[in-house]
Amino acid sequence: MRAQAGKIFKILAGKRRRDHRSVPSKSTMRTQFNQLALRCAAFCALWICTGANAAVEPQAYKLANGMRVIVKEDHRAPTVVSMVWYKAGSMDEHNGTTGVAHVLEHMMFKGTQAFPAGEFSRIVAAAGGSENAFTANDATAYHEQLHKSQLPLALRLEADRMVGLALSEEEFKKEIQVVMEERRLRTDDQPRALLYEQLMATAFTAHPYRAPVIGWMNDLVNMKWTDARQWYDTWYTPNNALLVVVGDVEPRAVFELAEQYFGKLQPRPLPERKPQAEPDQRGVRRVTVNAPAELPSLLMGYRAPILQDVAKDWEPYALEVLTGVLNGSDAARLTRTLVREQKIAISVGANYESTQRGPGMFLVSGVPNTGVSVDVLEQALRRELQRVAADGVSEDELKRVKSQVVAAKVFQRDSIYFQATQIGSLEISGYPYQAIDLMTLKLGQVTATQVQEVARKYLRDDALTVATLAPQPIAGGAPRSTGVNREP
Amino acid sequence: MSPRIALLFVLLGACLMAAPARATPPIEHWQTAAGTRVYFIETHDLPMLDVSVDFPAGSVFDTAEMSGLAALTQRLLRLGAAGLTEDEIARRVADTGAQLNGRFDSDRGGMALRTLTSADELKQALDVLGRVLQAPVFPEAVLAREKARVIATLRDQDTKPEAILNKAFSALIYGRHPYALRAAGEPDSVARLTRDDVLAFYRSHYAADQAVISIIGDVSRAQAQALAAALTASLPRAGRAAVFPEVEDIKRAETRAIAHPALQSHVLVGAPGIRRGDPDYFPLYVGNYILGGGGFVSRIVDEVRSKRGLAYSAYSYFEPLKVRGPFVIGLQTRRDQAAAALEVVRSTVREFLAQGPTEQELTAAKQNIVGGFPLRIDSNRKLLDYLRVIGFYELPLTYLDDFSANVEKVTVADIRRAFAQHVDAAHLETVVVGADEAMLRASAKSE
Repeated sequence: MRAQAGKIFKILAGKRRRDHRSVPSKSTMRTQFNQLALRCAAFCALWICTGANAAVEPQAYKLANGMRVIVKEDHRAPTVVSMVWYKAGSMDEHNGTTGVAHVLEHMMFKGTQAFPAGEFSRIVAAAGGSENAFTANDATAYHEQLHKSQLPLALRLEADRMVGLALSEEEFKKEIQVVMEERRLRTDDQPRALLYEQLMATAFTAHPYRAPVIGWMNDLVNMKWTDARQWYDTWYTPNNALLVVVGDVEPRAVFELAEQYFGKLQPRPLPERKPQAEPDQRGVRRVTVNAPAELPSLLMGYRAPILQDVAKDWEPYALEVLTGVLNGSDAARLTRTLVREQKIAISVGANYESTQRGPGMFLVSGVPNTGVSVDVLEQALRRELQRVAADGVSEDELKRVKSQVVAAKVFQRDSIYFQATQIGSLEISGYPYQAIDLMTLKLGQVTATQVQEVARKYLRDDALTVATLAPQPIAGGAPRSTGVNREP
Repeated sequence: MSPRIALLFVLLGACLMAAPARATPPIEHWQTAAGTRVYFIETHDLPMLDVSVDFPAGSVFDTAEMSGLAALTQRLLRLGAAGLTEDEIARRVADTGAQLNGRFDSDRGGMALRTLTSADELKQALDVLGRVLQAPVFPEAVLAREKARVIATLRDQDTKPEAILNKAFSALIYGRHPYALRAAGEPDSVARLTRDDVLAFYRSHYAADQAVISIIGDVSRAQAQALAAALTASLPRAGRAAVFPEVEDIKRAETRAIAHPALQSHVLVGAPGIRRGDPDYFPLYVGNYILGGGGFVSRIVDEVRSKRGLAYSAYSYFEPLKVRGPFVIGLQTRRDQAAAALEVVRSTVREFLAQGPTEQELTAAKQNIVGGFPLRIDSNRKLLDYLRVIGFYELPLTYLDDFSANVEKVTVADIRRAFAQHVDAAHLETVVVGADEAMLRASAKSE
């Protein structure tokens, strides 16, 4: 329904990184995931030593039909979060039907052969639960939060819609209108979202990351219910799915429930996934977006590697640390120098995600101060990046980033929803959940020299795309999502 | 004993052993020597601590002339304090891995800290929090820079449909009451603010005996007492409670249409609602779940989105504040559909006010709200938010214990009566930003 959950992600991310608002997320999930990658990326080492409150390791299980199940125990409260992930996101779409992954996600709430439209939400609500879903570049996920006694209900409903979706033309015709409203609300009328959309469309020419998760409006206008049907028939099968459960549960019992509800579903062969690798970039690319605003805005994207070998790679970890040095806290470089000292910018940001299915991008962003041109801001941002490449970073800065990561690793455990998202997004992109601790360790081993080296290697013009928001006068607050009955 | 019953006993036994019997964690409450009220939940599950310090220092204490003063004061707290520059403060916090965030809304201004409870980190993070609350310096140069940032952001906001909408809506339903003012202020009013204004606001609104401290996490009661006392000990006492001006009804039943090039019309409908602690809170809360607060199972979402595909987001809520906070219905829809969507909302509200919910709807609402109660309190973050509300608004310490019973008690008749008393369908104000020509003409005519 609901790339609405996307909104939830954005809000969370925005809260965590205060100066980060000017880097819109590629997708809602991605934003969150970056948080985790950087922050998870902490040292268990220290954490395991301090020990007493160590988390219980997740347990994994595989059904005969290929569906995987991962359970993490968290007994602080009698609640549970259940997430079903499908490895089918917007990057699996083709031209002409961009946005279909997300449209299908909406349709998944519109009835099955067993439960008519609206019943899913009614049943979960009557069980005291809440439910939602989100679509991202790499995957689509459906989740319920409930009292632990209601977990079987969530699994029964998810198993039912994994194979029994009704997908009527009548419901599709209404829902596609809702999706178009969502695009107007969250992209077309949001200048900075448009800026991000154009940056990606310019930076990528071959890889499907060039298309927005919500889809191009014209593709939505021309979408048929049969497009959604085809998407469902192609990707919604247990061997393309992952169940993640976190909460006050016992792994064995959850595995048995998974067997009971999902075990009988028949797998189907999946189509071959072509890599559609992006060719090398040969020179800086620039794009301008005219939109109603008062302040201009700048978004710079450098092509960057992603994590392939969790144990052997070091560059993605160094890029994560670089992000932290530039933008990880109020003490980080960009805010300190460009906002506080030189007063060139009103806000600045940096963002990089090391773990995803497609090509990586190191993002730097900023909003110039009144009277400062975008060009001056761009030069200032480049100067800061050059400074890292030329002079490296201090041990103090490195240590500070690592402290953030260690603390975040603890703070994250306050939310079972976050833990489930972390496990699911890693696993669905091909990183085993067991690697979380190793990734944390590797992040802790990053040296100042390595940070300098990746800055030198990747932050160069040949791999750069610059998107500029050119404010237009308007001739003549954040929207709230549904489900806002405020309490307390 | 049959095997089945035996199993039951085993299960019961396991439950008794596993679960610390209470459904809600006990809230401890005391006052510091300086007169600060403290609310504390002790939990050792995670080696971390959340501390939030709130003062009656929100934008309700602004005047139109100096709108934005309260927010600016709060914003500057951590930008220089007790011998530390803003950079030193930022570094000291970051070095511990802690998160120090401002807290600001219509009623409250303050700070919140989330930190590890390992000894060094805890000590350093709390030390910074104590300094920024009790000895902010408000450096002149920092003030000038932050004013410029705020003003630039406000000017940018003034081009965004949502921001224009919120501002116009608050102005319309609150008239001269300070809830009408935008929290961050206006470009002109912020430009006028001086360091003396900020200092004066700080001195009169950040008083020890007005502060409310909420604490949850991995410390003992004795530790909590000591750390709470240290956070406000050197602040002055106000000696009397802050005065929140009463809200008067406007009842213009006006529809204001504002032009904007956005593809969608952004719509708000509403009026002043209730204060925190209003005896009708639960009937209104449960009733609004049915009307527009319960997401896909609520009437507004069903009528506007599910049945007609008119909007992605449609909702209603009460926001109870110290005095009457707003009752709000909102949606965004393609410009040419705005009038139709608005009519759907209005008829849904009229129908709800006339008939009330059905018994079936009420049962479903209770099932969700009561059945989902454990989800409301399953993290320190969520419990902290409850502590902040219980403390600042002086709700009963048993608020969480009584929550489910208070919901269960609500009847269809209660909801009808409470809505009839607090929501007047004939006197709801409406603002549409990005309105079409017909709406703009109608709006101009009525003015």
